[in-house]
Amino acid sequence: MRGLKKAAKAKVKPKIKARAVKVAKKAKGAPGFVRLPIVCDADLLRTLVRKKSVRVVDVRRAEDYKAGHIPTAVSLPLARLLENDSPERVVQILEELGITEKMPVVVYDDTFGALAARVAWTFQYVGHTNTALLEMTFSQWKGLGLEVEAKENTFKRAKHPLSVNKEMYADAPYVEAAQSQQGKLLVDSRERLNFLTEHIPTARNIPYTMLGSNGSILRKADELKRMIENRGIPQDSEIITYCGSVGTLSGLAYYALKLAGYNNVKLYPKSFKEWKSLGKPKDEFKEANYWDLSAE
Amino acid sequence: MTRARAAAASQKQRGVSPPKPNPKWGREEETEYFAKKVKLFRQGKISEDDFRRFRLQHGAYGSRLHADYSMVRIKVPSGEITADQIEKIASLSEAFSIGSAHVSTRQNIQLHWVQLEDVSEVMRGLVESGLTTREACGNTVRNVMCSHFAGVCPNEAFDATPYSMAVARFFLRNPMCQNLPRKFKVNFGCCEKHGLVKVADIGLVPAIKEIDGRQVKGFRVYLGGGLGAASFIGHPLEDFTPEDRVLSTCMATVRLFDRHGNRENMARNRMRYLVHETGWEKFQKMVLKERTAVEMTTSLATAASYDVESQVDKRALPKSNGIVKLPMFDKVTKDSPAFERWLHTNTVPQKQQGMFTVFITLGAGDITASQLRVLASAIRELSAEGVARTTPQQNFAVRYVRGSDLKEFFDRLSTAGLANPGALTVASAVGCSGTTSCNLAITNSHRLAKEVQRRFLELGLDTDDSLADATIKISGCPNSCGQHEIATIGFFGGATRIGNTMSPTYTMLFGGSAGEQGELGRAIMRVPAKRVIDTILKIIETYRTERSQGETLHQWVVRIVKGQGAGNVKNLDDMKKVLVPAIQLPPAESDPDAYRDYGSDSKFTAKTARGECAA
Ligand code: SF4
Repeated sequence: MRGLKKAAKAKVKPKIKARAVKVAKKAKGAPGFVRLPIVCDADLLRTLVRKKSVRVVDVRRAEDYKAGHIPTAVSLPLARLLENDSPERVVQILEELGITEKMPVVVYDDTFGALAARVAWTFQYVGHTNTALLEMTFSQWKGLGLEVEAKENTFKRAKHPLSVNKEMYADAPYVEAAQSQQGKLLVDSRERLNFLTEHIPTARNIPYTMLGSNGSILRKADELKRMIENRGIPQDSEIITYCGSVGTLSGLAYYALKLAGYNNVKLYPKSFKEWKSLGKPKDEFKEANYWDLSAE
Repeated sequence: MTRARAAAASQKQRGVSPPKPNPKWGREEETEYFAKKVKLFRQGKISEDDFRRFRLQHGAYGSRLHADYSMVRIKVPSGEITADQIEKIASLSEAFSIGSAHVSTRQNIQLHWVQLEDVSEVMRGLVESGLTTREACGNTVRNVMCSHFAGVCPNEAFDATPYSMAVARFFLRNPMCQNLPRKFKVNFGCCEKHGLVKVADIGLVPAIKEIDGRQVKGFRVYLGGGLGAASFIGHPLEDFTPEDRVLSTCMATVRLFDRHGNRENMARNRMRYLVHETGWEKFQKMVLKERTAVEMTTSLATAASYDVESQVDKRALPKSNGIVKLPMFDKVTKDSPAFERWLHTNTVPQKQQGMFTVFITLGAGDITASQLRVLASAIRELSAEGVARTTPQQNFAVRYVRGSDLKEFFDRLSTAGLANPGALTVASAVGCSGTTSCNLAITNSHRLAKEVQRRFLELGLDTDDSLADATIKISGCPNSCGQHEIATIGFFGGATRIGNTMSPTYTMLFGGSAGEQGELGRAIMRVPAKRVIDTILKIIETYRTERSQGETLHQWVVRIVKGQGAGNVKNLDDMKKVLVPAIQLPPAESDPDAYRDYGSDSKFTAKTARGECAA
């Protein structure tokens, strides 16, 4: 990031390009499209934007988008997606945004990556695998003095196939069964005090707050790996992430785990809110007044 | 201009010193070592007892009734902390703790409810900024305290900070103190008044003595004091201990304790019991004899690792820009402008003309990550020394702020909700962690202290100068981490059956004080948790009608303890009679909440687990 800052200032671009090419691989069978890593850095995105070979998706509120966004970005507020996130509807949205099957898609937000993660996960779930999270939030992008535009972008409607990836998804019965299955593990990504107060029995806590650092929505892969390995979680575990209500914080945890090299990860998007409304059991910890440590 | 450069430019323009170098208390290899041991422990390859020792030696306590979590205690030697370190702690608290940090009564900063598996990550971050948790807990030399006024106190003989730092460096990781019978505390003062020198294993107050026509620096040394279930006041070792004997005095004391201290009875193994059981005169002789032995046998190499000179801050601190006219604040009231009220209760002029020490009022030591960041930037840009000190009153002191910058400092604090008044008054109640995280706690002393503060500020009691020298300190059990025995009005938590209902109560103590004339408070009576605030208010009301001319609340309380009251309330018996109505609870059926503890909506039960001693 620091290097980038300098580069952006000095307007030295060739070096950035060279790095971008190294990170990005051409997608198989689709000439012209790169295959994105899990997290797309600013250099790569700027290169792709310049080449017009990416769809940038801004998931902030519509008015924030209107006030300024990353060049070529389209607007898809998370709330709009959540109104109906059935796979059929999501594919329609992809088509409305002019996203074709292999086109690289980079998603960003201004909420430390959690909203972007939920949208990215949804795209991948319905079959748009070539989706990545931008490494930083919009504020950070802007703070670095990178390009911003205000014009609203629309693109020609595209065709997109529907191919649901069940492997990425968990619902309440699945979670319930997993609680007692060897090799499966629940991860609660809410903050510590919420977790202590109540959580799904057997869940472990990896608060979303520990996933990002210094201007990056996710820490480096080796750092994440070390932190998760510290918890003694074997690399071949199946991990189901959940959070408080709609799968945003746990969406970010989903990608953190992926980035750390855990391949078998699922998101329980309806999360603890649904779990509670179904009257399922929860673990509570009432032996300490930890909320009274808060300085708010 | 980048932010860093802008800050540097603004520093230069204001004449703020370049930052202090990274003090390097921490060591990278210890973090990996810790992570490895946690894994071995989880795999059952290290016993629980062995692991506990290891964990404590690295500054991680078990959290209340939940062994999967730790309280990570960050040592802040002499209480001195840089802006960078404060920012690092902010990030770590967000990532791995609960988004806030907590100043302890021994100048440590604590992060609560950290998952055991993340402790090594916290340590890793701390090492980057030069901090350590090593030996913050366990049976070793704990954080070495130093008066937060050292270096700026008008009444000090000289600045004790470099000595405090040198002692801390000498004992940290020193093989001679890795397995003491119990923890060991060293506290430095600045003058007669400031510092907890008489309630430490070793307390030192700087002094200058003329010897053979030469002004010699040295200390008045006190040994064998300490707070706890049974507390003792330290004994003066000798008239004067010259500075070149400070190390040997400390080493001799530690060695005697190591050799003779009680390793069997956990409840009586602090050095103060050894001193008490041996008898002071005998112990004193033993120390003086041992000191000679130390001086005759210590290698030069060992002695060299105690290096005061290297700990002296050699930066030339910028001078103030002369005396500035501050708003008249001889007298403030609840309705005074917020800035004036704050100026009156939160700032102290330094011996350096035109410079002020600014106090940040926290609630029982709690501060959020975003507040820490605001504080860090204010320190970086407005304190000429560019560091802050934690205080035993669980606040921050920021020194070397120019009079002309006080308003800006206040404004910055205001944006983060950090500009509460009352830091140097009775309103700044101290509270240990209590049932918010401590295994030994019976009551929620932490919340109670915050409730006292809130109520007192609401009532504007911080603006009454006659109350300012009184202190209120609250512990959640008899163990005294809240230092209730050196408070004007102290409290420690317990459980009492009232009627048929088990209830949270506090034993109230009167008349304790810190400093070189420090006395321990006397236990008076038990007060139900929910009656504590009203009881204190009743005491204040009584004082206001009973006091003699010019007498402060603290002076009056001390006089009552001595049975020398002049009015209707002459002694403690009279006092108790006045207070009996204030401590009455309504019947449990009509007001069940009165029998519950703060922060709880269910029936009170006293639950504790094995203590690792959170003091
Ligand atoms: S041991 Fe007692 S005094 Fe110390 S922190 Fe715990 S409750 Fe407070």
